[in-house]
Amino acid sequence: MTEYTLKELMTLMAAREIRDGDIVFCGTGISMVAAMAAKYINAPNSIIFFETGAIDSKLEEIPMAVADPRVMFGAASNSGLLDAFATMQNRITGDHVIGILGAAQVDKYGNLNSTCIGDYSKPKTRFSGSGGACDVASFVPRCLIFMQHEKRKFPIKIDYLTSPGYLDGPGARERAGLMSGGPTAVITNLGVMYFDSETKEMYLAYYYPGVTPQKILDNMEFSVDISRAAEAAPPSEQELQILRERVDPYKLIL
Amino acid sequence: MNLNQEKVMTLDKAIGMYVTDGCHISIGGFTVSRNPMAAVFEIMRQKKKNLHCYAHSNGTGVDELIGGGCLSKLEIAYGGNGKAAPTCIRFKSAIQRGDLLFEDYSNYQMSLRFHAGAMGIPFMATRSGLGTDIVNKWGFSKEMRGKDPKLPDKKIEIIDNPFPNWGNASRVVLVPAINPDVTIIHVQKADKYGTCRIEGLTFADADQVKASKHVIITCEEIVETDTLREKPEYNQIPFIHVSAVVHVPYGAYPSACYNYYDYDPQMLSHVSKFAKDDDLYQKYLEKFVYGVKDHQELLKLMGKDQLAKISADRRTGYATGLDRR
Repeated sequence: MTEYTLKELMTLMAAREIRDGDIVFCGTGISMVAAMAAKYINAPNSIIFFETGAIDSKLEEIPMAVADPRVMFGAASNSGLLDAFATMQNRITGDHVIGILGAAQVDKYGNLNSTCIGDYSKPKTRFSGSGGACDVASFVPRCLIFMQHEKRKFPIKIDYLTSPGYLDGPGARERAGLMSGGPTAVITNLGVMYFDSETKEMYLAYYYPGVTPQKILDNMEFSVDISRAAEAAPPSEQELQILRERVDPYKLIL
Repeated sequence: MNLNQEKVMTLDKAIGMYVTDGCHISIGGFTVSRNPMAAVFEIMRQKKKNLHCYAHSNGTGVDELIGGGCLSKLEIAYGGNGKAAPTCIRFKSAIQRGDLLFEDYSNYQMSLRFHAGAMGIPFMATRSGLGTDIVNKWGFSKEMRGKDPKLPDKKIEIIDNPFPNWGNASRVVLVPAINPDVTIIHVQKADKYGTCRIEGLTFADADQVKASKHVIITCEEIVETDTLREKPEYNQIPFIHVSAVVHVPYGAYPSACYNYYDYDPQMLSHVSKFAKDDDLYQKYLEKFVYGVKDHQELLKLMGKDQLAKISADRRTGYATGLDRR
């Protein structure tokens, strides 16, 4: 079997969550690669779009930012932020959008912090802030979240709630006035977590070959149900070939 | 707005005239694209102080304004700049040290706030942010807001949908309008009266311009009015909103200007490396910002070869095959 890197596996685990016909809201880095991989592998009719206003760009080269001129080339339309977010807030199109996000912290309900660690006004560590993440997480029915699996990144309480997951549990989004929906999967360097349809709590769905469920538990502050976990299928030759030759030939991200 | 005067002027005159200490400012562009960098560097050279800046995701430009000590307050959605700086470095250190008063919004909220300003209404409604700390945590206190007539009474407000059976929403978030004293954007083409044609993504530039009391346009080319008026539907900003027009080739450098040049990945990572250390950052400023008379001198310092590397390919609008590792 061909050797593969963890980053390649993470990318493919995310790509496998994208369905044909999805409109994929894309950030930078690995989320962009995952969306491009899905288009070549399992969801040829998915549409990649960016918060900056570019829809269905002809991505001949990997963009390094959502405002990269590479997202402007060959797009169906180049508009601006108002149009891009309206596409997600409007249920007619918004219900077909899947978001891909990353964060510094995630809690068991999939709420994300990408703002700061410590006190808000004088934090120990400051991050970039929401950008469009809070908007996407507020609007769309499905979200994939990329995380590094470390204890401090899976805390019992996040320091700042930037982007809403299931807030404090079942029915909380609706009570707050948010649209229903919420995070679908958390994809890490060790495995993939889904959210229970009743409790809205994160549970372990897949652990990667060579990783044990216990190792995953050791790398988070809160505990998750591991009774439903299965070993993830390793990347196929074909998947790896597409990733390496068509999606990221210059190894800009992977 | 400036209907009568001659609008074409030099950058130092435009900045001197419209960017005053303590004024409220916004700049155009988004992370690595079309930041009005020539204008940003000129603001830094003129040592403007205590500016209040509004930004959605203006990476490069806002980070330099912070680094140059020009800002005292910032309302922002995202302080990141692509691969070179996932979190903008001077932004990060200024906040961690407590050197900057700031408040967080989302990109959509900031865009709506500029839109409200352009429309002349006090706020816009959205369904973004319910249940989050963006709503709960304020950067500017109620007391501070009460004393400053240029700040709205509240950061943000949630109300019950006043049309309870309409739109399938129980509650909405209201975000207050922004009307900056001055907005500066960089565009591909403008005429001498300020009518603008932006190529590629427009981000929130047009609303930022229309919400603003004064507007400075910097542009790659000043073109004939008749040329722009052959296809008026491609022009996003009519001259009535514009106060000053400045011709600055490579005026977005080191950020990108679609169809003209790419971002300069080498320069952006060079700046990031220097920005991580206070002394090194001072050295960078002294060489590349304070050490040059104007943007043309900075371009000379970068050299023709470097600029040739980022020159846009005619088919794609960016520098095809550019080394971005």
